[in-house]
Amino acid sequence: MSGRGKCAAKDEEMTKRDREIKLPAYNSWQELPHVPVSLGVQGSIGATGEWRILRPEISREKCNRCGMCYLYCPEGTMIFNNGTGPEVHLTYCKGCGICASECPRKAIVMKPEYAERNNHGRDE
Amino acid sequence: MEEMNEEHADQTLILTGNEVAAWAARRAKVHVVTAYPITPQTTVMESLAQFVDSGKMDSQFIRMESEHSVMAGMVGASMTGARTFTATSGQGLLYMGELVHWAAGCRLPVVTTIASRGIAPPWNIWVDYSDVLSMRDAGWMIQFASTHQEIFDSVIMNYKIAENPEVMLPAFVAYGGFTQSHTAKPVAIPGQDRIDQFLPPPPRNGWPHLYLDPDRPIVHGNIMMPQQEYMEFRFKIHETMMRATSIIKETIRDFKEIFGRDYHGLIEPYLYEDAEYLLVTVGALAEQAKDAVDSLRRRGVKAGLVKLRYYRPFPTEDLVSLLKGENLKAIAVVDRSTAFGSPTGGHISSDFYSVLRQTGKEITYLPAVWGLGGRDVTVEDQVGLFEDLREFHEGGQIRAGKNKLIAGTLWVGLK
Repeated sequence: MSGRGKCAAKDEEMTKRDREIKLPAYNSWQELPHVPVSLGVQGSIGATGEWRILRPEISREKCNRCGMCYLYCPEGTMIFNNGTGPEVHLTYCKGCGICASECPRKAIVMKPEYAERNNHGRDE
Repeated sequence: MEEMNEEHADQTLILTGNEVAAWAARRAKVHVVTAYPITPQTTVMESLAQFVDSGKMDSQFIRMESEHSVMAGMVGASMTGARTFTATSGQGLLYMGELVHWAAGCRLPVVTTIASRGIAPPWNIWVDYSDVLSMRDAGWMIQFASTHQEIFDSVIMNYKIAENPEVMLPAFVAYGGFTQSHTAKPVAIPGQDRIDQFLPPPPRNGWPHLYLDPDRPIVHGNIMMPQQEYMEFRFKIHETMMRATSIIKETIRDFKEIFGRDYHGLIEPYLYEDAEYLLVTVGALAEQAKDAVDSLRRRGVKAGLVKLRYYRPFPTEDLVSLLKGENLKAIAVVDRSTAFGSPTGGHISSDFYSVLRQTGKEITYLPAVWGLGGRDVTVEDQVGLFEDLREFHEGGQIRAGKNKLIAGTLWVGLK
């Protein structure tokens, strides 16, 4: 995972980012490409961490590195290292909570990503 | 040494229509073939499987669990910039339907051969173009191949047309189940180098408008709200289809220069200049109708023929200019398919009405349907149709005989 440091920096930038994105406007069909594609907008180009409202947090005391979260993560965003245990790749984690749900030791809890939106009733 | 010749020398082989389709995919050097068997197409896939297995063709041959997945596989593979090929028939094409529209909406240059067969129920596996014509509004180009050689040449040409950056639309090449798919004829298979000269491989970086590349992430296939450009993107498919007519003609000309075989354009007229009675139809029966026209000409009847090669895009302009002939008295347009409840009961004859409107001429018009579900249509039947057309033009009626005029459409040989 050579690029992990770089991704972490990107995560920081993303959470701060202005969420209002100005979409391109077309005046006539001649300006359009053959198919609509989304380019360079972070959430939609696959940096799906943008969508997350709940962030998985791993308790290192409770975790016994069993690897269940790694197996169950539907997006492959749980990075597992035998030495250090699981770590979430926040650029891509959508915050679905399956890891928290599957963890046999309840070592993962979902924490609200935005304080002001803490009304989803799913955490803790 | 023998193998080398097979790849590089021009050769003439005795092949079934399905084997010809497979040879065309091999010579087009398609990267991906997705396969699911269905009669009468199955031997296309069997031939390709043998080519790939014996190392004569360097393609990914993927066996799918259904036709729906076959076209999904084509869409996915084509998005990476691969040249893709599959074949299907009848019910298989219907099951594929949703993804057929997808391939066109994504503007992917997939080429698919259809060994056409009747639609069930009642079950029928013999020639009837209702299968491919049921996909008429999907945004695919639809071409009929009337000879074995034309199957090969059409597949090659349609890759060139479909992959033109100005076009980027998928194409069907349709031919008759069993009458063409399972009969054998000599077919000229050009050496690989000559095909490569005409049809170079697709761009290495994928198609310009759509690609699957981890280094250039995009999202596509997303929702478009009513106020966004959904309407414009649909319009663009139609607009491209209309413009494709000139690219098709250009490709046919280029093909003729290299290979010497002339497919004329979107239509192939035969003895039409002075014709009084004109037959318009598609496929192998159009080829056979040349014999009917010859026999009528020997008897002094000024019969003529227009073989419609492309149904989508519809060759409106070509037909309008053709119908300006001074001598023309009456036209019969014959479908080997059913468009239930349409003005004429057939696809092509319904569309032809709008062409007639544009000629601004009063011409007797007789829509007709023949040969459904593989029922034989002989040269005599075709001559009989001309005779009915003449009678209909002169008296507005047809004689009591094999054919029945019902609600304005002539049903050839209807019991």
